[in-house]
Amino acid sequence: MIRQIFEISFITGLLGATMRMATPIIFATLGEIITERAGVLNLGIEGTMLMGAMTGFLVTMSTGSLWFGVLMAAVVGMLLALLMAFLAVYLGLSQHVSGLGITLFGTGLAMFIYRLHFGSPTVPPTVQPFKEVAIPLLSKIPILGEGIFVQYSLTYISWIMIPVVAILLYKTHIGLKIRVVGENPFAADTVGVNVNLTRTLSLVAGGAFMGVGGAFLTLAHQNMFLIDVVGGRGWVSIAMVIFGNWDPLKGALGALLFGFLDGFQLRLQALGFHIPFHLFLMIPYLLTIIALISVSRRAVIPAGLLKPYRREEKGG
Amino acid sequence: MEEKTPVVEMRSIRKEFLDVVANKDIDFKLYPGEVCALLGENGAGKTTLMNILFGYYANDGGEIFIRGEKVELSSPKDAILKGIGMIHQHFTLVPSQTVLENIIIGAESEKGFFLDLNRARERVLELEDRFGLKVDPDAKVWTLSVGEQQRVEILKALYREVDILIMDEPTAVLAPKEVEDLFSTLKSLVASGKSIVFISHKLHEVIEISDRIVVLRNGEVVAERKTKDTNTKELANLMVGREVLERLKKKKAKVGEPVLRVEGLTVLNDKGLEAVKGISLTVHEREVVGIAGVSGNGQTELVEAIFGIRDYVSGTISVRERSLKMGKPAERVEVGIGRIPEDRIETGLLMDLTIKENLILENHTSPEFSRNGLLNHARINDFSDRLIREFSIKASGRETITKSLSGGNLQKVILARELSGKPGVIIASQPTRGLDVGAMEYIHNKILEEKDRGAAVLLISEDLDEIFDLSDRIIVMYEGRLMGEASAESASREKIGLWMSGVAK
Repeated sequence: MIRQIFEISFITGLLGATMRMATPIIFATLGEIITERAGVLNLGIEGTMLMGAMTGFLVTMSTGSLWFGVLMAAVVGMLLALLMAFLAVYLGLSQHVSGLGITLFGTGLAMFIYRLHFGSPTVPPTVQPFKEVAIPLLSKIPILGEGIFVQYSLTYISWIMIPVVAILLYKTHIGLKIRVVGENPFAADTVGVNVNLTRTLSLVAGGAFMGVGGAFLTLAHQNMFLIDVVGGRGWVSIAMVIFGNWDPLKGALGALLFGFLDGFQLRLQALGFHIPFHLFLMIPYLLTIIALISVSRRAVIPAGLLKPYRREEKGG
Repeated sequence: MEEKTPVVEMRSIRKEFLDVVANKDIDFKLYPGEVCALLGENGAGKTTLMNILFGYYANDGGEIFIRGEKVELSSPKDAILKGIGMIHQHFTLVPSQTVLENIIIGAESEKGFFLDLNRARERVLELEDRFGLKVDPDAKVWTLSVGEQQRVEILKALYREVDILIMDEPTAVLAPKEVEDLFSTLKSLVASGKSIVFISHKLHEVIEISDRIVVLRNGEVVAERKTKDTNTKELANLMVGREVLERLKKKKAKVGEPVLRVEGLTVLNDKGLEAVKGISLTVHEREVVGIAGVSGNGQTELVEAIFGIRDYVSGTISVRERSLKMGKPAERVEVGIGRIPEDRIETGLLMDLTIKENLILENHTSPEFSRNGLLNHARINDFSDRLIREFSIKASGRETITKSLSGGNLQKVILARELSGKPGVIIASQPTRGLDVGAMEYIHNKILEEKDRGAAVLLISEDLDEIFDLSDRIIVMYEGRLMGEASAESASREKIGLWMSGVAK
């Protein structure tokens, strides 16, 4: 059994799985990074992803268009982010409570809408999911090519989004505003940056990413909607933000690491060890915790994170 | 000067906070090319008035005219567009970002989608040259000294082409040499036609830098003087509203045995850098040792190490030959160290608890106040009432929630708690920061009383007047080291000032 691990087909398969499993985490991690850089922790991520997964599935089911499904998943992610902005930015409520509230709300709502449409079928309905696209030339590279460069379009898009978000944050005026608002909202306000608007827009952009991350799960990774389809990937993404020290590049690397572990444990299960599969399921999460412990001691949290901003109503 | 049209005119400005009127119908004018000082005690309403001019606070009444034109300033952005810049006492910088990023953020001149750092750098360097504000545009802000950070703030305002600059207590955090540099910058700004509002409560600085002085007290303008027609004594009386008391008379006392001893202490700051570098000092019975220095030179870390709330790399701390362990604040209570922390709100008190609960924080487990794990409220009440009376804490009673007290009374609660056990050692860190003259006098007298009782007092302060008024011996701390030591009689302000700027001997 152990020998199988070193066979080429195993490695190729594992690489492919790594990329696939990492995709939703990359989207969600990038989304959460934009949001947290602006000073808002969005714990609504898990619920937002589930709503994205459900919306993508339902829209594709009824319109037959996969891309329209993805688009609507992004829109729903943005709407939930607006709700988060209303609670945590404009009302200044606790970001923890608001975010968890949105996750509970999103989870319940996703199940409710699904039931409304499909009832409780014995065999869950399915869509015709995205097909893998081989990149010419690159996919012909021995061993690596077939694993890495034969992927879903959404996976390629997630790769493109990594530098896009990095450039947005570090090289543009909008990015500078986002970072200042997240570090020192008072400083931002005194130079005329609208703190609450910047935070809202960051949340909305982040919400779109989370929604798309969710849609990937029902339109590519699988072809059906199940209540546990997100399975804690939102929470993993929160961990990846910390693991990546709020940097898009490092966060995405973390997502790839998780994808690798997730793909690896699936393959170990398939090899047929006589151990309960739950133990394998635990591996990526367990190693995430370990990675987090070793890295996050050096993490530099955005100084304005978790702090609602109001012009102070007392002065000397 | 009065013939010119004022560049700023504020008419009967009113601002109310929950329960206080911070500005009571204030009239204020600023003329082009002048430095106008806004003088007043803490809470007089200076900063509030200027925050209104900066669009940060909305005024509840009154009108503002800029260059003769009536304006509505509903946000700092509006004010900046009208050419008004404000440098707050607490800097509005992002430490993890570069100087350049801090300067260009949100500036109107920055159009386009992508940052153009090269063009911005050129403009910043040009401004630096023109006004003598040297600072590396690519340095991260957290690596800069306080003086440099202030220059970044000034550059930030100049980058937005403001011609009215409001500076809120700009010298509060500077060493004497840095103050000189700041003043020469201000002079070159005025020479180039800019107008400056200089908020301060330091009389000699106001006299040195301003052309005109407006004195505020309790939210009202009480006087206006041309600087050349007034003096510090008159200003002091105007500011306080009564004759300022004579300087404190500290009694000369023969010092006793050494009590607090610190040897070779090295402490790291939050960034893991050495903030205190091998400091040794001794404080004797009946002695006040004053540590002078601009804040941020390791005082906070030194005090936290002595308090037992920050670990240190090496060195020893002992009280009467008993060596104290790291990270054991309770041991400090046990050996009798009275601790007056620099931040009374963050570390000194639990703001949501009652006065009574704050008073017994350190000894609520002692047999005096507790029996079988239950609090003895009758005793605690007696104890609290006695302290509230003794320390004349102004509050409706022992059950008052602490956060409703004024700064002076908060400090009195701490003093009452810390001094009630008659400690052999007292560490007072910035004990009067932000307090008004009355509370300051009270606290100064208390510290001297404690010394006469026999306590060994270590006083850490940025306020040189306070250091000179209270200390028997003065030590200057600079970049984590002791720069020099002198007895109060032999020390001169010039020498202490030089030490504070890091110039030896």
